[in-house]
Amino acid sequence: MRAWHFSENAYPYLPPAETYPSIRVSLPNQIYDPTKGAALYDRYIEEWLIAEDEGVEIMLNEHHQTATCVDPAAPLMLAALARLSKKARLLILGNPIANRRQPVRVAEEMAMIDILSHGRLEAGFVRGVPYEILPANSNPVRMNERHWEALDLIIKCWTHHDGPFSHEGRFFHHRSINIWPRPMQQPHPPVWVSTTSTGGAAQVGGRGYVQATFLTGFETTKRIYEAYRRGWREAGRGQDVPIDRLAYAALIYVGETEARAHAGAEKLLWYVTSNKVPPHFSNPPGYLPVAMNVQLARGAHNVVSAYGTKQSTVEGAIEAGLMFAGTPDQVTKQIKRHWEYVGGYGHLLIMGQAGFLEHDDTVHGIRMFAREVYPQLKQMYPERLSSGVPCAT
Amino acid sequence: MKETVEASKVRVADVELELFDSGRGRPLLFLHGDHGFQFRRPFVSALSADRRFLAPSHPGFGKSSLPDWLDCVDDIAHLYLELMDVLKLDELDVVGCSIGGWIAAEMATKTPERFRRLVLVGPTGIKVGPADKLDIPDIFAKPEEEVRKLLYHSPDTMEANTSEMSEDDLALMFRARETLALLAWEPWMHNSKLKRRLHRIAAPALFVRGESDGLISQAYLEAYSALLPNARMLTIEAAGHMPELEQPESFARAVLEFLGD
Repeated sequence: MRAWHFSENAYPYLPPAETYPSIRVSLPNQIYDPTKGAALYDRYIEEWLIAEDEGVEIMLNEHHQTATCVDPAAPLMLAALARLSKKARLLILGNPIANRRQPVRVAEEMAMIDILSHGRLEAGFVRGVPYEILPANSNPVRMNERHWEALDLIIKCWTHHDGPFSHEGRFFHHRSINIWPRPMQQPHPPVWVSTTSTGGAAQVGGRGYVQATFLTGFETTKRIYEAYRRGWREAGRGQDVPIDRLAYAALIYVGETEARAHAGAEKLLWYVTSNKVPPHFSNPPGYLPVAMNVQLARGAHNVVSAYGTKQSTVEGAIEAGLMFAGTPDQVTKQIKRHWEYVGGYGHLLIMGQAGFLEHDDTVHGIRMFAREVYPQLKQMYPERLSSGVPCAT
Repeated sequence: MKETVEASKVRVADVELELFDSGRGRPLLFLHGDHGFQFRRPFVSALSADRRFLAPSHPGFGKSSLPDWLDCVDDIAHLYLELMDVLKLDELDVVGCSIGGWIAAEMATKTPERFRRLVLVGPTGIKVGPADKLDIPDIFAKPEEEVRKLLYHSPDTMEANTSEMSEDDLALMFRARETLALLAWEPWMHNSKLKRRLHRIAAPALFVRGESDGLISQAYLEAYSALLPNARMLTIEAAGHMPELEQPESFARAVLEFLGD
């Protein structure tokens, strides 16, 4: 089991939520104080480096026009971390390639970071949440098709070493592709893809990339992992699906007492409770399939708005499997319960900082996890395990 | 009395088009707006009384297929010119609403000689205002209530109640919305080349606007019509972006009068 410290670089100094209609897309940036923002970057980078010191890997992501994640150009932050960190793996999860006009440029950025970090890059690709559509002015229809064409092209950019090649695809056109530098890791850096649909997961499984899923709890995660394993096996990759192909992201806070842990966990819920987004941003036309929109109109719950869940209490979030919080033993048990229910995964992506969780508390949570929980997880779930096979722990 | 209307299927290129073909007389091609076509509307019976009334559902709307290569209004314009060939229609009148007006304008710039008269009702398709202001408000980035107010003169009486719609109708509604996004997302609701081509349309054209249309402004329509050599404008009172639905009688009367019926 590998653990990753994931920070969204939130800007929490906001006016009361009732004074604005949306925390994303339309919140005026006059609210953002650059001086405070610079101090936050200093702090979040320091927390990543503390996680590295504790043996935890580094993960970051990208969102746009939002206070929840002030990292609109994740490759820039990753480039900084590539030089500031020394040993941690560096996971970007990820590049929103259905929203980026030039996949070749993404391939160049990632190759450069792989070199800058001496081969520590883990390159993730995401379709992007619905609120990214408007900031990117990206057509929400046929995103999936763009995503896969872009990803295939990026892999080819990384693995083609004999001079220029051309690409005349459905969405992207290049007459001469010949990237410098090429990545350090061979044949290319590990590829991760996040998805919330079973169809997507089967595709990711078929290609053997690492599949990550965010805050999807028990049932959805189980379905996604099953689809991944099915895709993996149907593609002829063998019966055994190594657990290191699957990743789960949860809100995690570990304290030496339950009271302290829950106080920290309460602050992590900022992501759930502060994600105020109106439907016209969270469900643009074409993002969800027609059939799902019909279900939503009939009162079903929007499964794609990852944080828009009802689990806005610590107990509720733990019960739903979005959060693991408590003393080291409690957290270990909670993870074990989730891990076994969904069939097992090899990566735990820890959302360990949010909103007003201050630096000291964030560091406390990282250290408590790294020192008291992580060793147990590594022992229980060594990387040689297969997913979807009952294990005797 | 309810009659069942069966639309026929017509294959054009690799697209399976749903086509409503009713009435007899000189052909009138009706190109529906952003929400798709429903046959059982009062304006349809008025327009088809003495005419052959032809209304295809655009690709991705109604029951028409949407091939993966099709992604812009210009594609549909080419497809419909081919539809005219298939139906052996040499010259006809066209009435197009909103995106249907945009399609009609694109078609007429390509083969102006095939169009006798054009009626463009709250048409989208061009960009005339400054770069820092959308000519047409972004209906996908606004709350539903606001969009309703932009679309209708009487929003409360016009909007369909989704809780009373069948699942099939809901699916058609969401599909129409998705296809509209595909076609009009970028550039927003226009083809930057179209306004450089509109001068080719010599046929008499009538630009119709509902007086409360919040999508298509009076200034926009004036600029649009000024790009055609033989166009005039007409306002329909107590109607918004869809005068054909809100004021079917005065709408049909104005259209038929212009077409010389």
